[in-house]
Amino acid sequence: MISFGLTDEQELVRSTLREFAANVLRPAAREADESSRLPDGLLDQAWELGLTSTQLPGILGGGDEARSPVTNALVLEELGAGDAALGLAVAQPSLFAFAVADLGTPEQKKRWLPLFTGSRFPAASVAWIEPSPVFDVLALQTGAEPKHGSFVLSGKKRCVLLGDRAEHFLVIAKNAQSAETGFGAVDAFVVPRSAKGLTVTETEKNLGLKALPTAGLVLDRVEVPSADRLGGTAGFDARRLLALSRTGGAALLLGLARAVMEFAIPYAKDRVAFDEAIAQKQAIAFMLSDMQVETDALRWLVWKAASFLEQGRDATRESVFAWSTAAEQAMRIADNGVQVLGGHGFIREHPVEMWYRHARTLSVLEGVAGI
Amino acid sequence: MIDFTLTPNDQKIFEHLRAEGLVARKYARQYDENEHEFPPDELPEAKDWPDVWTFMKGRTKEDTSLAVMGMLISHWQTWGDYSVRMRRSESGLGNAALSAAGTKEQVAKWGHLILSMAITEPGCGSDPSRVQTTAVLDEKTNEWVLNGEKIFVTTGCRAQGVVVWATLDRSAGRAGIKSFLIEKGTPGFVVAHKEKKLGIRADDTAAYVFQDCRIPRGNLLGGNEGIPQGSSGGFRGVMKTFNMTRPAVAALGLGMSQAALDFTREQLTEAGVDLSYGPGVHGLSAAARKFQQLEALQEAALLTVLRAGWLSDQSQPNNLEASVSKAKGGTAVRQITQGCIELLGPMGISREHLLEKWFRDVRITDIYEGTGQIQHLIIARTILGYGRNELK
Repeated sequence: MISFGLTDEQELVRSTLREFAANVLRPAAREADESSRLPDGLLDQAWELGLTSTQLPGILGGGDEARSPVTNALVLEELGAGDAALGLAVAQPSLFAFAVADLGTPEQKKRWLPLFTGSRFPAASVAWIEPSPVFDVLALQTGAEPKHGSFVLSGKKRCVLLGDRAEHFLVIAKNAQSAETGFGAVDAFVVPRSAKGLTVTETEKNLGLKALPTAGLVLDRVEVPSADRLGGTAGFDARRLLALSRTGGAALLLGLARAVMEFAIPYAKDRVAFDEAIAQKQAIAFMLSDMQVETDALRWLVWKAASFLEQGRDATRESVFAWSTAAEQAMRIADNGVQVLGGHGFIREHPVEMWYRHARTLSVLEGVAGI
Repeated sequence: MIDFTLTPNDQKIFEHLRAEGLVARKYARQYDENEHEFPPDELPEAKDWPDVWTFMKGRTKEDTSLAVMGMLISHWQTWGDYSVRMRRSESGLGNAALSAAGTKEQVAKWGHLILSMAITEPGCGSDPSRVQTTAVLDEKTNEWVLNGEKIFVTTGCRAQGVVVWATLDRSAGRAGIKSFLIEKGTPGFVVAHKEKKLGIRADDTAAYVFQDCRIPRGNLLGGNEGIPQGSSGGFRGVMKTFNMTRPAVAALGLGMSQAALDFTREQLTEAGVDLSYGPGVHGLSAAARKFQQLEALQEAALLTVLRAGWLSDQSQPNNLEASVSKAKGGTAVRQITQGCIELLGPMGISREHLLEKWFRDVRITDIYEGTGQIQHLIIARTILGYGRNELK
């Protein structure tokens, strides 16, 4: 049955997160961006919301609620509307945790999920992106060579979220032995920060999302036991992990786009030129109505992909639609947001120039946000 | 609960429509190239097929709700062929207006007729408050006397009656505009000619002339003859008709763009282009990336249509969402069919295939039932909290 109806619980989660975004994330965003630093205590404060742990098994200390990518997509939209950098930071453990919860073996869940059910924020990151300008999520340069009872990983990673503090990395690599291409050759390994041969680079300096520290990894023949290969001997379903992350990224971008629109509307009604508010001119009004159309359409794409994931269906196609549309439209909306504000869109007193940088940055990062 | 799954009962209907659509396509070219001919009421191959609405029986609460189904049915009907679908349709836009504005007695009296809707005039299109056609009450005979010209009347030749917008008092602006029902054959009502068009050629479009056309006093829809001071009167109510027709019109366009996508996918795949989903920017060929963008556009636009329908099923207001879906659908279908032709090149422009026809047929989507710009005006006024005087 086709339905756009949220459950009462989802409505509640949404309004709680909307408040958190408005009261905690938004006021801290500019200072965090200027100083390239996460606000003190933010991660632990957000951790108390239980964004990740609620949907992990009770037997492992989690909240034992059903996995709900739809609810998580609603959460990410609100976090993205508060601030994409801080929102992505506080939701950061989810991709790793849900990868293990959805795709790990029972032993792997027992070993790693308790990391995410404690009282402190656990930094654990998925390392998918690579430095090459022609990087593609399914054509990885980082390779995994089988070697009796273990795998040897070699390659370079970039944009690993919270790389400055993450204790575990889920390194996505190409299985060198696999005859398959595309999804079939994609493997994932849990690598502890202390692994021999692993170097974490200095914190990267990026265009946007500056508050969120990212780092590179250099893997020089890092040996990983076969037991730490996600999904065990069978490997894992890379389609699902990529779809979870694309849909999550799209939900954040949706929130970002909505923030731009919600900021631009009152500004345009307030700013007077040629004796009337600029919002009364079709040239401006139509940029704003376009934002309404595109954020609406994008929201349903995100919901559809999330719903497919919730039902355990293959959401590859739906998540590609959500992600590619989000990347295009969030950039476009942020771009028009700057234009609506004119000179004020260019100065750092208003958040719009920051959102413009956020949009360009986030929309090239695949495999960073989880639902 | 959010859900995008079609149930077996839903699927059954769409399978039937797709089968019917493939039959309709056999006739599509014939009636496109012979615009003066009317397609038959029944297609010989499908004459014994049940009407689609018979499949709506035996549905449960688990199945997709009615207005959403209506949108998807429109979509799959034009997937076959727009014009042949319209030909089989037993109601026109005027029927929606009658249901929205007519009294119970009026609906009972005329609801069985195929009704067209005549608003546009040679000097007025997007701004219907400029309607110049007049209706004057002759108190002696208790008749309305109508004078004026109407153009671009969809299904105007085939319709058995028409809902006409006319003004009781030009100086009253929108408040003076009322809608009237006029049956074909009424003296003074002339179908002046049939328009020649870029697309949807088999669906006739007429121009009407009303010359001292007399109709009974009771033919004013809704029955309210008053002209309120300082308000838009019944105008706003009449405009509400559009809350369902706008998403439906977007759905009709999206059926054709879906047909274009299906044809393009088939041809590209046959030519060896890998269209699999998964890789990012650098893992796709330029053609595959373009095709996926068009598909995403289709999906996004269709979801806005379903959303507008779903709100209606929940008895929630959908004025904004109706315009969003029409604005999004109107541009999406243009970009999709233009893009499909770009992808197929010489095959795309050949009249041996229907793609070039779909490209012409969909172009109306962003024009009728309010142009894309009118939709944006409505959306902008809504989100800005402006009235028509603040945002013109």
